[in-house]
Amino acid sequence: MFKGLVKWARIKSPWILHMNCGSCNGCDIEILAALIPRLDAERFGVLLKGSPRHADVLVCTGPVTKQMKERLKRVYDQMPEPKFVVVVGQCGSSGGIYQGAYGVEGGIDKVIPVNAYIPGCPPRPDAIADGLIKLLASIAKGGNP
Amino acid sequence: MGIVKLPIGPQHPALKEPENFTITLDGERVIDVDIRIGYTHRGIEKLMESRTYTQNLYLVERICGICSYAHVENFTQNVEEILGLQIPKRAEYIRTLFLELERLHSHFLWLGVAGHEIGFDTLFMYTWQDREVVQDLLEMISGNRVNYAMNAIGGVRRDVSEEHRKKVLEGMDYLEKRTEYYKEVAINEKTILARAENVGILKPKVALKLAAVGPTARASGIMVDIRKDDPYASYPDIPFDVITTNTNDVLGRVVVRVLEVFESIKIIRYLMGHLPDGEIITKAPRKVPEGESISHTEAPRGEDFHYLRSNGTEKPERYKVRTPTLANLPAVAEMLKETYLADVPIIVAAIDPCMGCMDRVLLLKKGKEKPGELIDGERLRRYGIKWYAERGWKA
Repeated sequence: MFKGLVKWARIKSPWILHMNCGSCNGCDIEILAALIPRLDAERFGVLLKGSPRHADVLVCTGPVTKQMKERLKRVYDQMPEPKFVVVVGQCGSSGGIYQGAYGVEGGIDKVIPVNAYIPGCPPRPDAIADGLIKLLASIAKGGNP
Repeated sequence: MGIVKLPIGPQHPALKEPENFTITLDGERVIDVDIRIGYTHRGIEKLMESRTYTQNLYLVERICGICSYAHVENFTQNVEEILGLQIPKRAEYIRTLFLELERLHSHFLWLGVAGHEIGFDTLFMYTWQDREVVQDLLEMISGNRVNYAMNAIGGVRRDVSEEHRKKVLEGMDYLEKRTEYYKEVAINEKTILARAENVGILKPKVALKLAAVGPTARASGIMVDIRKDDPYASYPDIPFDVITTNTNDVLGRVVVRVLEVFESIKIIRYLMGHLPDGEIITKAPRKVPEGESISHTEAPRGEDFHYLRSNGTEKPERYKVRTPTLANLPAVAEMLKETYLADVPIIVAAIDPCMGCMDRVLLLKKGKEKPGELIDGERLRRYGIKWYAERGWKA
């Protein structure tokens, strides 16, 4: 029963932590644009938090620069279980336009496991909200997405 | 209490992007600040040397997602200067329209972020809601909300129709009404005055010495605006004023940006009223002859400077970008001294930092190491090419 309660709470209020791993800011402003009154992602309980210790979902952008690699791992390890990772944008998914640059690892999934990808350069705010909702739906169905 | 060193970042609730401020504190008072950058360094300048000019149009745009158009405008201006291309008048006007729409969206965005940093989230929600009006206009004309992909070498890729023109003017009417309201808020609202007045002082002399640019310099009473100083695109035709204040504090930076929104609206109305007829693009060759060119534009954050050296092939030989945030960082370190810890986020936010477009390589050395060899740019470039060739990378 307790497990059921935790799952219910998680689906009703996923707290997200936004982490920029070397993105161009395009995705970051679109994530914020998904939280403003026009789309109001907060009605699904999505709340932007500042600390990895409070977060359920890590929302990553950017192609992971060499400098951010270790830091991304550390932030991921600091999050409490169960945790989910959503990648926003093309360069977070595969390196995108920065593929081949010397400062870039190329994709969040080279560093930490990823649950959902939202493609686009940058994706529209409605696509970001849709991606989060799909993640929640798959958690509700059971198990990890 | 003794002296404490407090590291903020790279991941920190007060920062939107990864950077690091090591702040030396005496109680609540900031004594010294050490800024470390480089967390979002991707190596775009080097990457550009391995891509063609057409591919680079899209890469340059992604230096920064907020002032993307200022970068791509600089790049096309550079290439067109070496090619000796004269772009059609209509294309120039459409480019200027985009430069100003971008300034509008960036200033609204900044006003919201500044509100958020001082705990005034209502302002954040209000301005970002109004920013969507600008985003819709950008999307209507270019098809994209953030990276517009509007420019081509020799002109622009999409035209502004009569219907677009009407919608843009309608949008400007709405935004002007809203900005009147923000002006009232910025000047009279106690929440803002209490947090912004006499905070983050930057004296005009210091601003000049540290070479501050953009709204940061203009809030210290320095008349510096590339649109007036070295007009590009269709700015020579357009009447507008450069806004300055002399309060030297964060409040001044808020006021400068709010008043600049009015100027932008004025410019856009002029552009829409005087849009010339004709072509929007001229044909450009794929290969660019040998040459050098510099270009600077007034991005929303200040002077954005680009340098291009071409070698007669389809790819640039060297490209260099100096973004406004890098120019303003020494000023931030100066502003932060002798303030209180609680004011640090708003002072940093007041220059409208964009770390994504600014990060350069940094070489950190411990004290006792031998000093490195000093080499000039040309030797460094050759060394870089050799280094990559040895590792099997193609230039």
